[in-house]
Amino acid sequence: MNFELPSSLGAARIYLAAFALLAPGLLAGCGEPPWNNPHPPAVDEALTYQSVMTPAPPKHLDPAVSYASDEALFIMQIYEPPMGYHFLKRPYELLPTALQDFPQVSYLDEQGAEVAAADPAIAFTRYTLHLREDLHYQPHPAFALDEAGAPRYLFDSAAAGAQFRQIPDFPETGDRAVRANDYAYAIKRLADPDNASPMLGFMSQYIVGMKAFSEELAQVPRNGDWLDLGEYDMQGLSVLDERTLSITIMGRYPQFVYWLAMPFFSPIAPEVDRFYHNPGFAQRNLTLDWWPVGSGPFMMVKNDPNSEIVLQRNPNYRADFFPGQGAPGDREAGFLEDAGKPIPFIDRAVFRLEKEVLPLWTKFLQGYYDRSGEVHGNTNGVFDQAFVVGPDGVEVSGELSEHNITMSPDVKPGIYYYGFNMRDPLVGGYTEDKRKLRQALQIAFNTEEYLNIFYKGNGIAAHNLIPPGISGHIEGEQGINPYVYDWVDGEPRRKSIEYARELLAQAGYPNGRDARTGEPLKIFIDVQSQAIGNTSMNWIDRQFSQIGVQVEFRPADWSRTREKLLTGNTQIFSHGWLADYPDPENFLFLLYGPESPLECQCDGSNNSNFKHEEYDTLFRQVRVLPPGAERDALVARMVDIYRREAVWLYAFYPRDIYLNNSWVYNTKRHGISKATLKYIRIDDAQRQSMRVLWNQPVTWPLYAIVIVLLALVWPGVLAYRRRQNATARNHQE
Amino acid sequence: MFAYIIRRVLYAVPILIGVNLLTFLLFFVVNSPDDMAVSQLGEKYVTPEAIAAWKTKNGYDKPLFLNASNTGLESLTDTIFFTKSVKLFAFDFGRSESGRDITSDVSTRMWPSLAVALPTFIIGIWVNICVALLVVMFHATRLDRWAVFLFVSLMSISYLFYIIGGQYLVAKTWKLVPISGFHADGQAWKFLILPVLVGVVAGIGSGARWYRTLFLEEANQDYVRTARAKGASEISILFRHILPNALIPILTGVVVLIPSLFMGGLLIESFFGIPGLGSYMLDAIKSQDFAIVRSMVFIGSILYIFGLILTDISYTWADPRVRLS
Repeated sequence: MNFELPSSLGAARIYLAAFALLAPGLLAGCGEPPWNNPHPPAVDEALTYQSVMTPAPPKHLDPAVSYASDEALFIMQIYEPPMGYHFLKRPYELLPTALQDFPQVSYLDEQGAEVAAADPAIAFTRYTLHLREDLHYQPHPAFALDEAGAPRYLFDSAAAGAQFRQIPDFPETGDRAVRANDYAYAIKRLADPDNASPMLGFMSQYIVGMKAFSEELAQVPRNGDWLDLGEYDMQGLSVLDERTLSITIMGRYPQFVYWLAMPFFSPIAPEVDRFYHNPGFAQRNLTLDWWPVGSGPFMMVKNDPNSEIVLQRNPNYRADFFPGQGAPGDREAGFLEDAGKPIPFIDRAVFRLEKEVLPLWTKFLQGYYDRSGEVHGNTNGVFDQAFVVGPDGVEVSGELSEHNITMSPDVKPGIYYYGFNMRDPLVGGYTEDKRKLRQALQIAFNTEEYLNIFYKGNGIAAHNLIPPGISGHIEGEQGINPYVYDWVDGEPRRKSIEYARELLAQAGYPNGRDARTGEPLKIFIDVQSQAIGNTSMNWIDRQFSQIGVQVEFRPADWSRTREKLLTGNTQIFSHGWLADYPDPENFLFLLYGPESPLECQCDGSNNSNFKHEEYDTLFRQVRVLPPGAERDALVARMVDIYRREAVWLYAFYPRDIYLNNSWVYNTKRHGISKATLKYIRIDDAQRQSMRVLWNQPVTWPLYAIVIVLLALVWPGVLAYRRRQNATARNHQE
Repeated sequence: MFAYIIRRVLYAVPILIGVNLLTFLLFFVVNSPDDMAVSQLGEKYVTPEAIAAWKTKNGYDKPLFLNASNTGLESLTDTIFFTKSVKLFAFDFGRSESGRDITSDVSTRMWPSLAVALPTFIIGIWVNICVALLVVMFHATRLDRWAVFLFVSLMSISYLFYIIGGQYLVAKTWKLVPISGFHADGQAWKFLILPVLVGVVAGIGSGARWYRTLFLEEANQDYVRTARAKGASEISILFRHILPNALIPILTGVVVLIPSLFMGGLLIESFFGIPGLGSYMLDAIKSQDFAIVRSMVFIGSILYIFGLILTDISYTWADPRVRLS
């Protein structure tokens, strides 16, 4: 091996100078700045919205199966259920989207004869849906036909279609109008046990004949072949003509119309289902669960769950326009500037997978993502740096202000809470002393302070189990929980710790000790280990120590926590609920007696095991009453029972803040619907110029590193040369 | 040698069964099929019927190990363990709990893993060996002592620090490369620079220190003194004499890792957004996807066993005196 070192220091200097001269050239070889652009070069002029999916890709995109908000982010851009929500108006307003008008509702008695809305003989409710004329599916190979009018891509064997690995591989596509039968087919898919839809059990309670339909299908041998569900009848479903469908449900359930706005009721063309049952397709992930086919504003053109999902404008999307009206303040906020304009504004949307917060946050600040996130919350260390809590609430910090980044805060239609197990011998029960004990604990837990410290103010202490924006939630003095707060100087003020101590003494625990035994009062809180840190636990411990109560935490993973809830083996537990639809019923049922897991022997939602006869009676009435004063009065009574019985230790409405770069418009958040991508508008010229401005590379550190390395190596080179040139005598010396 | 390899392959079968059994036990100690169903079905409105339907569809409606409702061999074969395990040995990994074909996912994801792991591995070994040899050259000098101090310091720093530090400095502050991401279409190198650099730098401390120890043992051998007496340069002694003679212990630690390079790295892939098998495994654990976890552990075991066989074979190449029989 030949290895020659520079013969002199002069030669080394020459190398160094050569490097210094060449380095800029090498760096220039990287191309025009910015070099840190994580997006591939644009292939066309399409206006592309750059966003993220985080922290994991969606697991299901089949509307019969999917039931997660991060999946709805995609599904709701591709499919169009019969109903939807007004983008801007608050409280949330339901609208017909795929329908010409609201469903026609008629009531039937046991014999099927139509009766009046107030008739006690009502046994069934029928919803008749008239579809719009201009609904059309996206181009898709499932609709491609050959010369004889038969489906182009139906294969007898896996080998025959083996060359098609993704949907874009199919050279021919077709399309057709959406028919009423497609909606009926979708509902039948919910009942097909082969799809294991999470809606099967719930909807079987309502849609007439759904359970029998499911049981009938369970007996049909499949062997993986396609089964034409159209050949089987479901009693409660009738396709009246090409654009009219009726759904009959048992009894009265006015909230059913909200379910029509959920992805479960999106149309599915039978030929699409048949296409995806081609032999060998499932082995290549060519399934409806992975390649959705709808009539919404966008269609999926790339689904690589490992890196990105790409949606593109559906060329067959119906005429749709930006709303001309909004909520108070929307015009001033600029949300009505695009009123009446055709939507969607963007041509393409790319959602890249980001699992870690630092890269996501950095790319957002560098301008490579248009918004900070779409679905998940931002209460973590990195995002927290973006906010400061000022006198007017949460504001963006300095660096973000310089970038003209805007905030889109949104109070989620949901509630997070620590609930008491009402069957627990210590904190449960309905006697006066138990109520006082729970109220004392409620007062001691300073929710406002907790939210400020651990959620950076991103939450609102709940006085009510119904969140803002939903009927039954009342603001102001009338809306406070009078058992925990007083109304002082125009705002709610938590009752004093002294009062909590008094309550505790009246409950039989003076100074936090059992009056009969002298034992200190100790409560146990079951928490999910990933959801709470030591600092939070210490803080909670300090809160209760003010009234002399000791706390012990029992951290466990979600599976164990769920098991404890199912068996009623908790004392105080943490839980949460995000609304499916904006109706008080969707929250009040969290305390409905039969929903207790111990009552229904199921995954019921009443984890507090609250059982209150009056509450349950009122709930049954509220569930079937239409919106109005009578219903509001019953809801108010139920809320009062919830407050008086002190069923939950504390509760808050979560608030998210998403950040938007200055070139993104129409960013108003919608707590219920995810079908909002079509309203987003981008100023691409501003985006490009800002990206270049913010991402000029800093090259001096490269030179500095080389110099430091040389400085480190050089003494070694000198030592080596000295050793090589040393005589034996010198070496010994 | 052929008979030796066949024998080693046969030895692998009980090992794989044991690994599979252990994975199965560990997974189902903390999860039940009902937990998996709830996790997949979305946790809201999950009725017992929906859970039962999911379990039937995915083959989790059987007992775990022993089916008392059957007699004879079927009491063992008509169980979750048997039905889920036996297909693995035919390399049929089936579908994940969310319905995706695992073989297809693995074959797609192994290339990004390899794209990061292979250059990190090769450059890392080359750098570590060069640094270790140079330190050996200055053995028992101040330079050597400072180098050892530096190696121990580098070893003591968390891998996470290298990742976050690298991202913060190189990508966020200096804006030289993208902070994360991966595109196979032409510009993949742009995304690989930082993870490879981080991987190499993070490995220098432990790697160079280990190789230094190996080389020092050789540096005191008689043949080194002879080479020096013959007038060979220090560089020549290091690379032509010491390095080849120290290869056996190096190969022991290195060759076994080569097949596992396909499996990628959990942390580096997660933080740099590399869509490889490391992050695949991590996602599966988070989402309680037993089908993926089981398949990945099985693949990992096979690759490790294959790596051990390769190591044995590499001995015969490095040292002609070694014979496999």
